[in-house]
Formats: sequence, C-alpha cells, structure tokens
Amino acid sequence: MRTPRLLAIVAAAAATVPLAACGGNDEAGTASGASGKITVDASDTECKVAAAESDAGTVTFAITNKGNKVTEFYVYAAGDRVMGEVENIAPSLSRELIVELAAGTYETACKPGMIGKGIRNAFTVSGSAPALTEDAKLAQATKDYQRYVKSQTGALIEQTTAFVNAVKAGDIEKAKGLFPIARTYWERIEPVAESFGDLDPKIDAREADLAPGEKWTGFHKLEKDLWVSKDVSKSGPTADQLLVDVQTIVDKSETVTLSPVQLANGSKGLLDEVASGKITGEEDTFSHTDLWDFAANVEGSQAAIAALRPAIEEKDAALAKTLDERFASVEAALEKHRQGDGWALHNTLSEADLKVLSDEINALSEPISKVAALVAGK
Amino acid sequence: MKRRKVIGLAGAGVVGAATAGTVAWRMADDPVAPAAPAPDRIEFYGERQAGIITPAQDRLHFVAFDVITKDRDALIDMLQSWTAAAARMTAGKEAGALGAVGGVPEAPPEDTGEALGLPAADLTITIGFGPSLFDSRFGLRAKKPAALADLPKFPGDTLDPGISGGDLCIQACANDPQVAVHAVRNLARIGMGVVSVRWSQLGFGRTSSTSTSQATPRNLFGFKDGTANLKAEEATLLDEHLWVHAGDGPDWMAGGSYMVTRKIRMLIETWDRTSLLEQETIVGRDKGEGAPLSSKAEFDEPDFAVEGDDGEPLIAQDAHVRLAHPTENNGVRMLRRGYNFVDGSDGLGRLNAGLFFISYQRDPHKQFVPVQTKLARLDQMNEYIRHVSSGLFACPPGLAAADDYWGRSLFG
Repeated sequence: MRTPRLLAIVAAAAATVPLAACGGNDEAGTASGASGKITVDASDTECKVAAAESDAGTVTFAITNKGNKVTEFYVYAAGDRVMGEVENIAPSLSRELIVELAAGTYETACKPGMIGKGIRNAFTVSGSAPALTEDAKLAQATKDYQRYVKSQTGALIEQTTAFVNAVKAGDIEKAKGLFPIARTYWERIEPVAESFGDLDPKIDAREADLAPGEKWTGFHKLEKDLWVSKDVSKSGPTADQLLVDVQTIVDKSETVTLSPVQLANGSKGLLDEVASGKITGEEDTFSHTDLWDFAANVEGSQAAIAALRPAIEEKDAALAKTLDERFASVEAALEKHRQGDGWALHNTLSEADLKVLSDEINALSEPISKVAALVAGK
Repeated sequence: MKRRKVIGLAGAGVVGAATAGTVAWRMADDPVAPAAPAPDRIEFYGERQAGIITPAQDRLHFVAFDVITKDRDALIDMLQSWTAAAARMTAGKEAGALGAVGGVPEAPPEDTGEALGLPAADLTITIGFGPSLFDSRFGLRAKKPAALADLPKFPGDTLDPGISGGDLCIQACANDPQVAVHAVRNLARIGMGVVSVRWSQLGFGRTSSTSTSQATPRNLFGFKDGTANLKAEEATLLDEHLWVHAGDGPDWMAGGSYMVTRKIRMLIETWDRTSLLEQETIVGRDKGEGAPLSSKAEFDEPDFAVEGDDGEPLIAQDAHVRLAHPTENNGVRMLRRGYNFVDGSDGLGRLNAGLFFISYQRDPHKQFVPVQTKLARLDQMNEYIRHVSSGLFACPPGLAAADDYWGRSLFG
C-alpha cells in the first residue's frame, strides 16, 4: 500500500529502532518491522507494546484497541509528565502517536475506559540521535515559546488569586467578572498545562467529564456556584484548591520545554478545542463566557505559530503567508462580538454567527495541521 | 446487485452512442486513467458531465456549499483542486497522490481513508453553480443565465432556507454509500476556508431509471417512480429537453443542464393507512405492476380519456400521473434522478422520510416550473407530502481533459 516516498522521517528512524522481542506477542516482529512503528495492542486488561526501547528522536507508536472499552495511550516522562497522548481510541480502531523523545526513561500507558493510572510499561530511550531542535530556528522557537509561557503564567497566577479572593470574600459579582479573565491565561497555555496529566482535569474538568463518584474541583465547579447556585458560602475549599493546583502548574511549567512538533501540535490542538468546545458553548455552559476562551485559544495558537514562524517561513513561505491571513481573518470575525473589554455571551450569538466563526476556525485549522510535518521534516 | 454492475458497463457504452459518439475516452490526456475502463468506473471526462444520464446509481450524497471567501482566485484555485480530486476519486483512487497513509506521519493524511479498499462503485461527481454565485462577489453578474432565475414560491411550499439554495453543489452518486460520502467529505475538506457546507443530503435508493437497461425502482410510497423518465438512449429527446443549446443563454452553459432539487418529506405513516384503492387513485398507476390505471403494463402509454363504468375517467383528473404527464404539459419532459431518504425520526414518533427529488432539464422555468405549479395546486398527493428544501443549479458541460477544470468556461 505504501509508496516508496513515504515517511522519510520514520524510514530513517526505522533503521535504528531496535525491535525488542515481546513475549507472547506474535505480531510484534512483523507489525513493527516494516514501517519502524512500534505496535501497541491494547485490550481491556493488557497493553502490549512491541518494543521496550528506542533510539532518541521521533518515535511512532501504532496503537490498536482490541478491547471493548474506549482507550487512551500515553507516553510519560518522569513525574508523569505527558510527552504525548492519543485519546478516545474506540474499540477496533487503530491510531498513531508520534512523539519526540530524548534519551531517558519513560513509561507508556494504555487506559482502557479512559480512567485511572492505566496499564504501565517501562520504555527506555538511548543514544543521541540529532533532535529537531538542532535546527537553529527551531531551537529558537522553543525558547521563544518558553518565554511566552512564562509571561502567561505570571498573569495566570495573579488573576486566579484575584478570582479566588473574590469567591472567598463572597463577592459574587466581582468573581463573575474575574472568572473569564483568569481563564484567558489558562486557555492560552493549555498545551503546556495538558502535559501535566491529572492537573488539567483538577483545574478545568467540566461537570459532564466526571466519572461517577469523582470529586469535582476547579474553575467550572466555581462557575456553577457563581452562576447557578449563586451561593459561594461553601466554595472556599474549592477556591483554595484551585489556587494550589494553578500554582503547581505555574511552577512546573517553568521547567517545560516544548519541542517544535509539540508546539505545532499544540497550536492545532488549541483550535481543535475551539471547534469542539467553544463554538458549541460546552466549555462555559453556566456563564456562557466561551468567547473569552475562544479568543484565548486562538491567541495561544498564534503564539505557538509565531514562535515557529521563522522556521515555517524558511520551509514554506506560502504557508506562512496563509497562516498570517487566516489568523487575521479569525480575529476580524471574532472582533465583531467584542463588548467593551470582553466578549458577547455565547448564548446571545445566532446560529449564523456561530457558523461564521466555525468556518473561520476550519479555514485556519487546515493549514495549521500541515505545520507539524513541516517542522519535523526539516 | 450484480445486475447493476453489468448495466454500469453497458450504460457507459450507450452514453457514447446516445451522444453520437462524441464522448471519447481521453486516456492520453488523463493522468489517472487506467489502461482500460474498469467495469465499475464511470469516465470523468467527456462532452457531458457524468452523473446526469449515467444509469442512476443506488446511492446519493448531495451537498450544497456557500462560498465564504471574497477572493476570486482562491475560488478558482479550489475548483481546480476539486477537479483533480474528483478525477482521481471517480477513478477509484484516493483524493490526493499521497493518499490516506502515504504521507509523512506528522502530517494529517491527504485522503480521509474510509474508501480504502473499496471499488470506484460507479462513482460520479457532478458540479452545479447556484443563482447566488452570480451576485456582485465574483464579477459573474453578466454571465448569469436567465434560466437560473430563482424558482417561484409554489403553493404549499414549506421550505427551510437553511437546507435550500447554495452557491455551489456537488452531487455524488455511487453504488456504495461510503464511496459517495467519501467523495463529498474530501471535497468539503479541500474547500475549507473557501466554501462552507450549507446543507447536505444522503439518499439510499434511487427512485428513477435513467436508462432503458434499468428496472424501474420504487419510492417510499411503494410505487414505481420514473417510468416515463427521459432515458440515456433517447438521444433526440435528450437533445430537445435535457441539454442546453448554444444560443439558449450564455456560452459557458452550452452543452450543460439545469438541476432542480426538492427535498420532499413524505408523511408515510398516514399514507400507509390509506387504502390501496385510494393510493392507486392518487398516483394513477396500479401499485403492483406500475401500469397506468387505463392500461395493463408499466410502459403502456396512459390513456387519459378512457372512462370506467361510472363515466369517470379511469385516471382521475387530479391523479399524479395525469398532472405530471408530458401530454398534459405541452410535451414537457425532464430527466429525474431522485433518491429515497430517511433522516432519522422527527421527534413525533414518525420517520423523517421522503424523496430527494432531482431533475435535470434544458430550462427549469419552461419545464420544472409549469409542471410543479400544476402539481402544487391540484395533486391529490399533496396531502401526503411537504416540500421542505429547494435548490437550483447550473451544471456546465463536461471537461475535455485533465488540463480543463470545473468553472473554467465560467470564470475564464
């Protein structure tokens, strides 16, 4: 099926990826040999990873869900930092995870039912295959983005503190005003936040995301208290916990360096968030402040692209120009809904308004989806 | 449905004959053409667009788009990309050269993949340009054909604007539903930022024959539909009623045809508790054979003069077959190409079912409009149907070869 010109990157990696035999898995040798991909057979009770080690560089996992539950696959670095993840793999589906790994020890995990710590396996990466970041422009991109993250985390902790204080002081109106502002800084750097695994749900879980019996914490719990119950007299502990969790994210993010591919996927991921959660009004279902999050996601996406822009410009100037135009077009479309310092509430937008925004996000997301391959295929 | 495979091949041959041998296989110019046409493959290039007199396939995915860019060059560029992708997909290939799995792993696949391993399935992809495309945006005002004037409102219309109209349309027909959906999905994806899906419709069973080689299918009222349809083999009639002539309007439409779409909800639950006698009286044909009530066999010409013992005509004055018949409409003919649909249920315990009517004609205002005006006023069937969506599109002639593209004669 595959044409010879395919997979320049993985083909190169294929020669160096040691294909560790995997006891009891007959398919491992053949399945991972041809393409350099490491096959992962996930079932409801097992997570058979065809190789336990790899050379440093771009590593591709091909996950097949052979169980009956929806599953996820993760690669964790020390401290459960997510290096890459594939979510929502339905039974009998196959998905790929491409992740850039430096030498070190990692863990892989399948999460049948999408809950818990998952079924873990050790994964060792050795050698010093040239990482993408050796390209000077790409290296600069990761530095630039790191700087952006730092600028946002400062504001995030400041605004979250103000929000939490307002909640604890019982000042509902003030807290309502600060809610979308604090979230703006959160939404801009979500790709970073998401790399810390369970902190993201603690801070940002929606009521509908919870498993039965799971404790609900974070922004959206307080959102419901403010907009629905209109009673924050018992919200203090949730507010305190939110601040602790946000502080943890802020501290950890100082140490994070996103690779160019992670940056590119992050910029796309932020727009996917807009398309799936903000356009529909699912994100802020009580406050309807989704357009704040919408704007913040787009700004965060643009920041990641901005960091990569010199590299994009060099490799595909036409794409760089298209991205500039489409970002400008999204901003112009969104600007129509600006109200004062903020945005119109989601439930005041018509279907036609939302379709225009949806079209804009689609128009931007398609070219952005090409960036990861561009920066990987240097 | 083995029989249809055979028909598909035979039909393709017949098309050439019907148009006086002017449909040439242009393999030399077509980079995606195989050494010989496969039995389930309909030639994309030719004097006419495929998907009109092509023997009606079993499945439809129809989609109407709004153009959302103001950039004329971007629209032309997209039409070129669409043409290339359509040529590939109708040949049973993936939407782009790298396909679903041939690209670099970091990039989203060029093709969405759901048609991998499936045959071409007689896929045809037919494009049409809607009246709204000819506004001030792209400088096309002067090129708008008179025949593309908006359809009038008909009595009883309950149209939903959200599922009506559109700047562009794509009719994808195939004998495999996934192949048709794959075609529409990939074109929609290619069009992101230039066009936006306005509405789309799936059809699961053809309700017309467009070739004498095909048996007449049934609509969801359970009756044979399209018995008196224009057929691919009727070259003289097609020339008179189907294809736009040079001089009919702007040159870019010469050799094309106008498409009318009407989504017709059928209130099948009330229909189903109607007596056989009443059903047949409403339609004017018998349910089993499909013969006019005046005659014995399906293809017998209806005799509207014949009276029963009660002195009333056997085919009622307001029977559907009488109202719609060419002899009662100054000889007007259309090529119908509709599909049955069931869009889930309507929340009131009923299936949301009906007929997605498609007709092709030389001038809708001289053909579809007078017939529909009469039906809307008089047809007994109206008690059981609701027109909920309407579309009108100009379908240009076919493309000569791979260096040609959809819309070149319009935008050029």
